[in-house]
Amino acid sequence: MKILWFLLEKEFRQIFRDPGILRVIFIMPVMQLILLPNAADYEIKNIHITVVDNDHSSYSRQLISKITASGYFKLEHYSTNYPGALEDVEKDRADLVLEIPPKFEKQLVKEDESTVFMSVNAINGVKANIGGAYLQSIVEDFNREVRLKWVQFPRFNPQPVIQVTSANWFNPLMSYKQFMVPGILVILVTMVGSFLATLNIVKEKELGTIEQINVTPIRKYHFILGKLIPFWVLGLLIFTIGLLIARVVYGIVPAGHLFVIYVFAAVYLLAILGLGLLISTFTATQQQAMLISFFLMMVFILLSGLYTSIDSMPAWAKMITRFNPVTYFIEVMRMVVLKGSGLRDISGQIFTVLLFAVFLNGWAVLSYRKRA
Amino acid sequence: MGKSQFLSFIKKEFYHILRDRKTLFILLGMPVVQIVIFGFALTNEVKNSAIAVLDQSKDDATASLTGELDASRYFEIVASLKSAAEIGPAFRKGKVKMVVVFPPGFGNDLKHLNNAQVQLIADASDPNVANTLTNYANAVIMGYQDRVNQGLKLPYTIKTEYRMLYNPQLKGAYSFVPGVMAMVLMLICTMMTAITIVKEKELGTMEVMLVSPVQPLKIVVAKAVPYLLLSCVNIASILLLSVFVLDVPINGSLPLLVAESILFTLTSLSLGLLISSATGSQQTAMFISLTGMFLPTVMLSGFMFPVENMPLPLRVISNVVPAKWYYIIVKSVMIKGVGFGAVWKETLVLAGMTAFLLLISIKKFKIRLS
Amino acid sequence: MQDAITTRNLTKTFGSFTAVDAITFHVKKGEIFGFLGANGAGKTTAMRMLCGLSFPTSGKATVAGFDVATETEKIKRSIGYMSQKFSLYEDLTVRENIRFYAGIYGKSRAFIREKTSRVLQQLRLENEADKLVGALPLGWKQKLAFSVAIFHEPEIVFLDEPTGGVDPVTRREFWNLIYEAAGDGITVFVTTHYMDEAEYCDRVSIMVDGKIGALDSPKGLKETFGVNSMDEVFLKLARGAKRSDG
Repeated sequence: MKILWFLLEKEFRQIFRDPGILRVIFIMPVMQLILLPNAADYEIKNIHITVVDNDHSSYSRQLISKITASGYFKLEHYSTNYPGALEDVEKDRADLVLEIPPKFEKQLVKEDESTVFMSVNAINGVKANIGGAYLQSIVEDFNREVRLKWVQFPRFNPQPVIQVTSANWFNPLMSYKQFMVPGILVILVTMVGSFLATLNIVKEKELGTIEQINVTPIRKYHFILGKLIPFWVLGLLIFTIGLLIARVVYGIVPAGHLFVIYVFAAVYLLAILGLGLLISTFTATQQQAMLISFFLMMVFILLSGLYTSIDSMPAWAKMITRFNPVTYFIEVMRMVVLKGSGLRDISGQIFTVLLFAVFLNGWAVLSYRKRA
Repeated sequence: MGKSQFLSFIKKEFYHILRDRKTLFILLGMPVVQIVIFGFALTNEVKNSAIAVLDQSKDDATASLTGELDASRYFEIVASLKSAAEIGPAFRKGKVKMVVVFPPGFGNDLKHLNNAQVQLIADASDPNVANTLTNYANAVIMGYQDRVNQGLKLPYTIKTEYRMLYNPQLKGAYSFVPGVMAMVLMLICTMMTAITIVKEKELGTMEVMLVSPVQPLKIVVAKAVPYLLLSCVNIASILLLSVFVLDVPINGSLPLLVAESILFTLTSLSLGLLISSATGSQQTAMFISLTGMFLPTVMLSGFMFPVENMPLPLRVISNVVPAKWYYIIVKSVMIKGVGFGAVWKETLVLAGMTAFLLLISIKKFKIRLS
Repeated sequence: MQDAITTRNLTKTFGSFTAVDAITFHVKKGEIFGFLGANGAGKTTAMRMLCGLSFPTSGKATVAGFDVATETEKIKRSIGYMSQKFSLYEDLTVRENIRFYAGIYGKSRAFIREKTSRVLQQLRLENEADKLVGALPLGWKQKLAFSVAIFHEPEIVFLDEPTGGVDPVTRREFWNLIYEAAGDGITVFVTTHYMDEAEYCDRVSIMVDGKIGALDSPKGLKETFGVNSMDEVFLKLARGAKRSDG
């Protein structure tokens, strides 16, 4: 036990002696947490639309003004022909082209049916889908108005109608920040924690100081604990700062207990740091260690469900996410912060991550060799 | 100094890279693994979402509507709730994203009053998913309603016809492949250049080279050349995978695409140089080039989140993210198939950035020497 | 009297390369034992095996009575080690380095405090105690590293080329420290390149191509080879070597 204190004292001194790295460790996450969630707005609005109106009738003008008034669309410009409109799409000036055919109004009135054409830039499939759906519903609305003008409907519905009402729980304002900030905080804590842990042992290898440690009677688990605990404390500190920023800057107050969040964060950090230390024991240079860690982080982060829904992934990718600690933390953060989930709700996640922690740290202790 | 001296410097850098098998393996393997994982797994489409049904009516209509929801590719019914009190706990457990509530007498109302109600309660902690699921469920219910109403043609109908340009199957890979290309090239080049130079500073070998008669600029170039070549290999493997594994076509000119990629690599290398001239330890260099660059590259380049939705300050900042410009270029050339005429502005921006970054780092380098 | 170190046919191979080839020798308690050899002769590998940093391929060895194959952790309690590569933490102060290394040998805080001031006085580093080690001149760092290696009062201390790159005056001071340590009963096992330093040792072994080429007191060696200096002894032996500085 006493030996552990000496190890901890040394690690903490070293961390606080390097102001360069300390600045980076603290300022980088804070800046990113303040800035980046503002970028994460998936709500599709400001869809740029170019209109080709070949009819120039009062109906076509009414339809266009209804579209621009909806708030979702920004009329980029009127084009006289389709190829011209397509050029707007090519140059990224427009996402969507609405083409109203000649005799649109006439056909609608005389033949009971008319068609409008939409061309959607579908490189981003989701945006295309949603933009198209919005436009479709505006056209349908317009259709209903037209119909009402011409046909007098009876008081009772002539055919069965299902009325759909919808409610949005936990985030009634549909704020994307409520959703992203906890996730981004997880990523930042994960990156800082794992990089620090990854680089640490391997740095001692590069400098040669590890030799001096290896000829001492120090126990392997003491050594690993001596590395683990300082970064664990540091990680929780950064996490706390992040929660404060979430509260002060974004007004996010967790719906659940802070205690629940911290219990999970504590276990989670052990797992992530264990992974870092494990990489560190396997590599010879900081460069190697960093690359491996970065590679894993990139996969973990992009497959964590932070940006894209895990439900939509193919089965093999879902398998990977089950072994991804980051997934669990993001899930738990969102559950506790937004929905107020309690310890019992997240017990499965805690248990899984605890298993990771035990496994990774155990492996790190075993694979740290005092001699070759 | 002669050409052979310069070449010997480049050779030395190559030896460093080739000797370290682990690093080399990662440098070449990383883009491959990533493009495959992300090409297949990353999609912001919403499908197979877990939903629950609270059926207080239990009649033919609710049964068939439930069946239709379950059969749709968007939903998977994972639970059947017994009372409204179970809705909250179902959400808090985390898996269920939406609950469909049929009030008592749903089928009866539909048959006899011609008017029935259904409520969709979404877990809006992810607003995007909530919105999309509500829309999809709406569409399924409307489809059912139309089938109940079958045969009735309404007067004065405006039909809409869609054309999905460039990506008719709405594949996620079309927008993610260009993004992953930008990300991988940027991070690898920036980080590796920054690290190799700082490493020589740490080991003290930089001084040995600086006292040699080789011009400092050439030393720096010699360090960058191997990574440029390595990046070319990566560009090639990424493009091959995109075309042959992910079925993302190269609709535009291949030479143009490659040239633009090399330009972007140069931008990243110069950024790495700048970082290396500003930092003293490998750790700091790595932190800046990874922790500092990763999230901004992902989030501000437009590949995850549309730039036009961002608040003004972030839109301004996004302009200094090189990946943003490269992402636009790749999308335009590779998928839209447009020519240089459509991307010359973006190209100019990248070239300008490269020149600017190089200028500053060389200046910094010189200051250190005098 | 019991031997501090014994080896019998101690061997280490890396693939097909035999770095240390069945060496057998004894080091007596309290002696200063010089371990010489050209670069690549196998000195450092042999030393690393004795310190428990490297597994022997075959053969036996004991250090402080413990087996190097099975009882390394016990050995580590009884030895000090100063590696060729400077291995104190440059970003810690003199005092912090001492404290840390003494701490991980399990010394009590009172012991550390009391002995630290004695050591600082001995090294005349009292004024530098709270300076970062990275800021000290090389000679001082080496003396400090030696003091740290014997701080926990080991039975045996291993020194791997401790005076490389150090000026002659500091080297002289360094050897005074070694004599003092030997006077306190610590067995000193030292590798070196400097033949004048070999003369300071009680006994010297010279490794050639992984084997022990000669082992005796400096005086005995000179007599055996019929020369006047250790330099000549070394050159005579080294000339026959197949592998040299690579």
